[in-house]
Amino acid sequence: MGNRVSLFITCIVDQLFPKVGMDMAGVLERLGYEVDFPESQTCCGQPAFNTGYRDEARIMARHFLDTFESSECIVAPSGSCTSMVAHHYAELFQKEPETLARVHSLEKRIWEFSTFLTEVAGVDDVGARLDDVVTFHDSCHGLRELGIKDGPRRLLARVRGLELREMQPAEECCGFGGTFAVKFAELSGAMARTKIDAILRTGANTVVSLDLSCLMQIQGALSRAGLKVRTMHLAEVLASR
Amino acid sequence: MSVEFDRKIHNTLADANLQLAIYAATGRLKDKRSETVTPDALPDYQELRTQANAIKKHTIENLDYYLEEFERNVEAHGGKVVYAKDGTEVADFVLALAKDRGARLIVKSKSMTTEEVDLNERLEHHGLEAVETDLGEFIVQLAHERPYHIVAPALHMTRYEVADLFTKRLHVPRETVIEKQTAIARKVLREKFLAADIGISGANFLVAGSGAVVLIENEGNIRLTTSAPKIHIAIAGIEKMIPRAQDLATFLKLLGRSGTGQLLTVYTSFLSGPRRSGETDGPDEFYVVLLDNGRTRLLPDRGTRQSLYCIRCGACLNACPVYRKIGGHSFPWVYSGPIGAIITPQFMGISHEPALPFASSLCGACAEVCPVKIDIPKVLLELRSDVKKAEVREKRNRLEKLAFRAYAWLMTHPRLYEMAGRLAASAAPPDSSGWIRGVPAPMNIGPLRAWLSQRDLPPAPARSFREMWRRR
Amino acid sequence: MSRDNILHRVRTALGRSAGQGVADPPPVRIRIPEVDMEQRISTMLAAIEALAGKTHRAATPADARGFVAAAIEGKTAVASNAPYLAECGIASLPGVRSGITDREELRGLCAAADVGITSADYALADTGSLVMIAGPHEARLVSLLPPAHIAVVPRERILTGIDELLTVLPNPADVTSSMVLITGPSRTADIEQILVRGVHGPGQITVVVVG
Repeated sequence: MGNRVSLFITCIVDQLFPKVGMDMAGVLERLGYEVDFPESQTCCGQPAFNTGYRDEARIMARHFLDTFESSECIVAPSGSCTSMVAHHYAELFQKEPETLARVHSLEKRIWEFSTFLTEVAGVDDVGARLDDVVTFHDSCHGLRELGIKDGPRRLLARVRGLELREMQPAEECCGFGGTFAVKFAELSGAMARTKIDAILRTGANTVVSLDLSCLMQIQGALSRAGLKVRTMHLAEVLASR
Repeated sequence: MSVEFDRKIHNTLADANLQLAIYAATGRLKDKRSETVTPDALPDYQELRTQANAIKKHTIENLDYYLEEFERNVEAHGGKVVYAKDGTEVADFVLALAKDRGARLIVKSKSMTTEEVDLNERLEHHGLEAVETDLGEFIVQLAHERPYHIVAPALHMTRYEVADLFTKRLHVPRETVIEKQTAIARKVLREKFLAADIGISGANFLVAGSGAVVLIENEGNIRLTTSAPKIHIAIAGIEKMIPRAQDLATFLKLLGRSGTGQLLTVYTSFLSGPRRSGETDGPDEFYVVLLDNGRTRLLPDRGTRQSLYCIRCGACLNACPVYRKIGGHSFPWVYSGPIGAIITPQFMGISHEPALPFASSLCGACAEVCPVKIDIPKVLLELRSDVKKAEVREKRNRLEKLAFRAYAWLMTHPRLYEMAGRLAASAAPPDSSGWIRGVPAPMNIGPLRAWLSQRDLPPAPARSFREMWRRR
Repeated sequence: MSRDNILHRVRTALGRSAGQGVADPPPVRIRIPEVDMEQRISTMLAAIEALAGKTHRAATPADARGFVAAAIEGKTAVASNAPYLAECGIASLPGVRSGITDREELRGLCAAADVGITSADYALADTGSLVMIAGPHEARLVSLLPPAHIAVVPRERILTGIDELLTVLPNPADVTSSMVLITGPSRTADIEQILVRGVHGPGQITVVVVG
């Protein structure tokens, strides 16, 4: 594989957490990659797909395919967005063989950030330093659809000054779930509070995840509860020096 | 969503004791399951799941063939098969048989299928006494409630509530010691078993090649129900079919572990007909009622008929973060948890509760633990799409459709998307270190209001990523 | 007629026609481990004890008889008609009723007895299960109604597990209307998830392996 990567920054990072995108780009550049940002990118269409609006999701998927047509390698700071493209786009185009072929090509070219680092770049140590006690939240799409579990932990283990503590129980959903968070707000909030209990039991100061939707949910609930625990995206941790 | 669904969820979330009971009980079952399927405990676990899925897939794809094979074999062993398209036909059959044989008392073992068709109510309406014999089911029957969980029907009740119930309904002195409560139930039910005219059971599996029903349990009430009375009626959905007895080598390794973390439940019964000559006890008559009740409705859809593979272990309930908060009674029908969320709309139609497929964060924990590898999130997503298509056809919820259309359009116009982003950011308070607790009243509507009801909002950054990128 | 309607609906839904055959199902998955008899016995006894069952190893049938006699001392017992019990001299122990072939009489005795004594057609080592096949030799209620159950099994009948059982007996329907696997004492956790033994079936189970 060459040393050029295209950023799929995701609409949530673009609009709400731009620093995460800059940090991710920074880490990649420090590893020697040439990073570009196809400007016509917007949204992968996951919210529409998850809410049942497949036609609308298809519209956005086609736009995504066009945007990244010539990108050899795409990296995204999100398990759920990567999974949308890598696993669910194919479902949308079962009846369009030509588009489906493009989707299958795209599936091979898109990577969630931590997986890119460990599987493609082949690194655990990106030279990061963060003096903190953290816990890692396994976002559901990353965990169950992309099989991401060990990679982020290996990366965190090499961050100087960082202590990682595991949550017990582990692997429980934070309650975001896309429009679920607003359609079933009270339930979503209850799930967030259960997650916070688990976080507090670790005694960690910081929750790290590879998905900002999860972090938005968790941080929003932490903030509402007046708690001092902060959240950081994995890219922010790895960019810390 | 329907007011009813919303209210039930809210009430369950607001009940602190219930929250603890549900979370603890499901947590315990979840942990016990985990211990029995580790690579050390069951090295073949994933292979067995694949095999189970393949067997079910084949059987469902050829269901008519296996139904007929099953029927032939049941009859060859002296039993009879009856087909019922719905609950009315099931009840009609039982009532006619009871009348003909002068039967008054029926003992029942746990069967979600009979719950599905409200069999007890129908029988009681016609003057028969139908007694649930599984301890948890016996309790909820006395309380006139629905079972709370596939495997633990009385999960939501405390021993004190059971004590009150027994005193009130069984007229016994108040007893709060659980062992003694169990002894009371044992005594009451034993009399019923020995006096009953008919025993009604469900079936965990129907074995086509044997004409047999397979039943698993821990208490012994199923054995008594199917051995003491002179007539045994097994009622099962048509999808419970498996081809051969030898397939049990696959399914029985998965069912106990997945449901309760047991290698095998205490009793596993393989029953194929009335007692044979030379057998001292057992029923004289054996009937299997094969129920449709909406199952044929979902057979045509290749992508979603996998719901029919379910072996009713309950593992998905115990893994589900939503079920573990809202419990069994929040669900609109007798089946709860992730499996309930898919088969309810599939059997009853999506208009039964259109919000149900949306009551999930799509975390996938259910699919991970399902012993027959049903891809529940995939079916949920298909059902969501069905609901939205129906809304379009029926011209309902047009505002939401419009909003998503607009959003899709905006996302294909990157410059406009960028402008919209800047506009939204400018409406928010300037970037501060604090997250946003509330917004001015005119803005506090819809999704924004819903979000803010539970958590704070992130502050709007001074610049979007693409603006920062351009300035590098 | 519901039968024809339902079958028709099924066929239409699946795109199949009446009388159409089927491709072969996935091959049966049976894996029988190689385990020698001593290992089987110790695995089985450990499994039963882990479930709060009791066990006893009897060197000889006479030894088994002695054990059972002590266990039922002062109690009423009903025994099945298993030839093996007669061979061990257990069926004729004082206090034991056996040789019953009338259904009502058997039911009454089982309902009143303190102990039910049976043999077993097979036993499964890995799960600690007894395999009870209903027939002239074993009635269903003997191992079900009395609050205690004692099973006396010669070692040769111990199989490795369910895979071996379904190899030795691929279709139980060929030989009986009822085959039951008994794995430990009856139990429930239906009230507050607290474990209670002896709900409807026997709360006490003792397995005697002979040889």
